[in-house]
Amino acid sequence: MKARVQVMLKQGVLDPQGEAVRHALETLGFDGVESVRQGKVIELELAETDAGKAEATVTDMCEKLLANTVIESYAVEIA
Amino acid sequence: MRAAVIQFPGSNCDRDMAVALDQVAGNAQTRIVWHKETSLPEGLDLVAIPGGFSFGDYLRCGAIAARSPIARAIVDFANRGGYVLGVCNGFQVLTETGLLPGALLRNAGLKYICKTVPLQVETTDSAFSAGYEAKQRINIPIAHHDGNYTADAQTVARLQAEDRVALTYLDNPNGSVADIAGVLSENRRVLGMMPHPERIADPALGGTDGAALFRALANRMAPA
Repeated sequence: MKARVQVMLKQGVLDPQGEAVRHALETLGFDGVESVRQGKVIELELAETDAGKAEATVTDMCEKLLANTVIESYAVEIA
Repeated sequence: MRAAVIQFPGSNCDRDMAVALDQVAGNAQTRIVWHKETSLPEGLDLVAIPGGFSFGDYLRCGAIAARSPIARAIVDFANRGGYVLGVCNGFQVLTETGLLPGALLRNAGLKYICKTVPLQVETTDSAFSAGYEAKQRINIPIAHHDGNYTADAQTVARLQAEDRVALTYLDNPNGSVADIAGVLSENRRVLGMMPHPERIADPALGGTDGAALFRALANRMAPA
């Protein structure tokens, strides 16, 4: 079973890297990009076959390591 | 004073920290403790978490180090009232363990900054800062890419109300909220700071503004 975790800086936390990307896009002539937020994707392959259990485990992983919930939010997708 | 310096793969200020503790604080017995240890040496007064790039800054700065075997022992030590000093990457590790509030983000200007910066000592009410004058201005080097301290408004207000902001930048180099360069724990025995006092604690290094921190610690602790 595969899991995909998306980690993003929380809304309201300034993302200077996203802002730098937005600025570079503007330099390249891409007008109208109002905001860029940059995050990361973590893919996991799990031995677990029960989707509910897998989601609960990966959520626990996010809380304990994969995301810093002081500044980041996360979303778990099980496939 | 009995002190230990924690060493992670990628730590690079561990030796400097040990030298500062030995020479400035007059402690000839600073121990280097490898991250895979599950316990700290007996009878320690202080644990220092040095600067560097523990685990290559993978995932987030300090994130992997904060889950290493020794980290659990450091948290237990702090919860028993032990003194813990985290400098630079050590500060990042302390926020990742939850011993200190907030987090350190990428510098607002996105650049790695390595220079000596002016700071103001905001509180002398701690074993770390008792050797400075209130509101004393000092110059200490910074060397970091991720020193942009952030915390929600409520946390910042609480830190300020409880006199737990130890140091502020006089010319904020990295975007830190409220110019915060160092914070204390609730019991005032855990200090995290981005500037490197161990790099400016000997006249041969170009200055001694960091030395008062180590001397004050030595004064507070019993001789080893």
